[in-house]
Amino acid sequence: MSYFSDIYNGIKTLLTGMSVTGGYFIRARKGALTQQYPDNRETLKMFDRFRGEVIMPHDDVNEHRCTGCQKCEIACPNGTIEIIWDRGIDEETGKKKKKIDQHIYHLGMCTMCGLCIEACPTDAIVWAQNYENSVYDRTSLTKVLNQPGSKVKAGIED
Amino acid sequence: MEPTVKSNIKTEEYFINMGPQHPATHGVLRMMLTIDGEIIKNVEPDLGYIHRSIEKMCERDSYQQIVHLTDRMDYLSSHINNEAVCLVVEKALEIDVPERVKVIRTIIGELTRIASHCLWWGVMGMDVGALTTYFYAFRDRELINDIFEETCGARLTMNYNIPGGLMFDIHPNFVKRTKEFIAHFKTKIPEYDRLLKGNVIFQKRTKGIGVLSPEDAISFGASGPVARGSGVNCDIRKIHPYSAYDLVKFEEALQTDGDCLARYKVRIQEMWQSLSIIEQLIDNIPEGDTKVATKAVIKLPKGEYYQRVETARGELGCYVNSTGTKNPYRFKFRSPGLSNLGVINSLATGSKIGDLVAIMATIDIVVPDIDR
Ligand code: SF4
Ligand code: SF4
Repeated sequence: MSYFSDIYNGIKTLLTGMSVTGGYFIRARKGALTQQYPDNRETLKMFDRFRGEVIMPHDDVNEHRCTGCQKCEIACPNGTIEIIWDRGIDEETGKKKKKIDQHIYHLGMCTMCGLCIEACPTDAIVWAQNYENSVYDRTSLTKVLNQPGSKVKAGIED
Repeated sequence: MEPTVKSNIKTEEYFINMGPQHPATHGVLRMMLTIDGEIIKNVEPDLGYIHRSIEKMCERDSYQQIVHLTDRMDYLSSHINNEAVCLVVEKALEIDVPERVKVIRTIIGELTRIASHCLWWGVMGMDVGALTTYFYAFRDRELINDIFEETCGARLTMNYNIPGGLMFDIHPNFVKRTKEFIAHFKTKIPEYDRLLKGNVIFQKRTKGIGVLSPEDAISFGASGPVARGSGVNCDIRKIHPYSAYDLVKFEEALQTDGDCLARYKVRIQEMWQSLSIIEQLIDNIPEGDTKVATKAVIKLPKGEYYQRVETARGELGCYVNSTGTKNPYRFKFRSPGLSNLGVINSLATGSKIGDLVAIMATIDIVVPDIDR
């Protein structure tokens, strides 16, 4: 007897489960989540806070906000940021002042923890919402964040 | 009359490796099985394939930097791990974080738990042969990941907690999205049960399989859903409330059978409880600051500190031994995964190889948490 009730139960539970999947089979289009990447590159927008990579924004006259204070370098847990700094002459006061020569960022080592951006007193570095970070050669993951010939915006102090 | 057969045929035990590259081990974990036919005689897990010396790295890092390492332990409860480190640092510094921080931490912690159990449900179904569960679970987990991505900027390794509070405030859409998720997910859990729980194949593969007695659960130090499936009260949120857990009402999910099905039921119950916790808090997140200013270089006073939290897998303990410098002298994690893995030999001995897969699925192994 239990033989037949087992078969009956088996079929019953199978149909219960299939009522769920069958429901989705009929309503498949509604609420489908699949994204047609990479065909949807133009419309695919990341959230504003998305951590893609660290960048240093420059304005139209090629000025950034980094004073070279090295707080980001100290905050970084894994040596992703290296600051090569120099002393320049401040045009207004004529005194010697610290400035960055190169703000080096090794994207391949970055854990996207956000501590550098938290630590920066002048908001010189921010997150970019770039999500395609794979490259063929790992040396191209080492980036210099300040553009050539750029200088710090006047009046930025840490 | 009993036939008398004189037989010289005997069986022999032999040794087989399951893993380290086996899809059912959920990571690089090697199981050394001694089997007789298909019956398991002994299971010995071999660990260390992804050991990254996180505890040693903690001795090198500052307290702010330690937080992001814990994302990489149990990556499915990363927020709760972060919270544990922040809580122990705050305890040592005697900082009382604002109510807003506590409530937000609790809400995100519970969302993390749901996301983790969702993934577990999908993978568990897949391990016992139901591929559909995987897609359904990931569909719902995606919504939680979107909430995290919008507020924290990352989907898995969020690093949203800092000692003294939160890195930044929640996104304006956070409350709206969370409510939408709750409404959506409430219709989905019954569907989960309908799809999997009643199914005969699933029942046959889980009911009475891998029975863990409460005594064994306690003596092996099992915690979380594994111990609660055997009827051991061990929910840290209940016995040592932290953050906002003393403000909310919830039931500790308990089952007494101790088999795979009981552990399944515990996790489904926990998802309901997490939803109810979030519902109680989401409408009254108090206004206020999201962090207490700490010194740029945090130095803990000399001494030993311990804090435990309930992650999706069980009890995570953080032990800090500080000598008063900016790095800890010793940072030890008591991870739930390692203790829960300890029960595997007593659960699997005597059962079949196929059952071992179901047992490992219900223990909910996350290998980076075991190895650290
Ligand atoms: S995000 Fe973290 S790992 Fe990356 S550069 Fe900043 S501090 Fe370093
Ligand atoms: S990016 Fe910010 S923290 Fe880093 S050196 Fe420049 S100003 Fe200092």
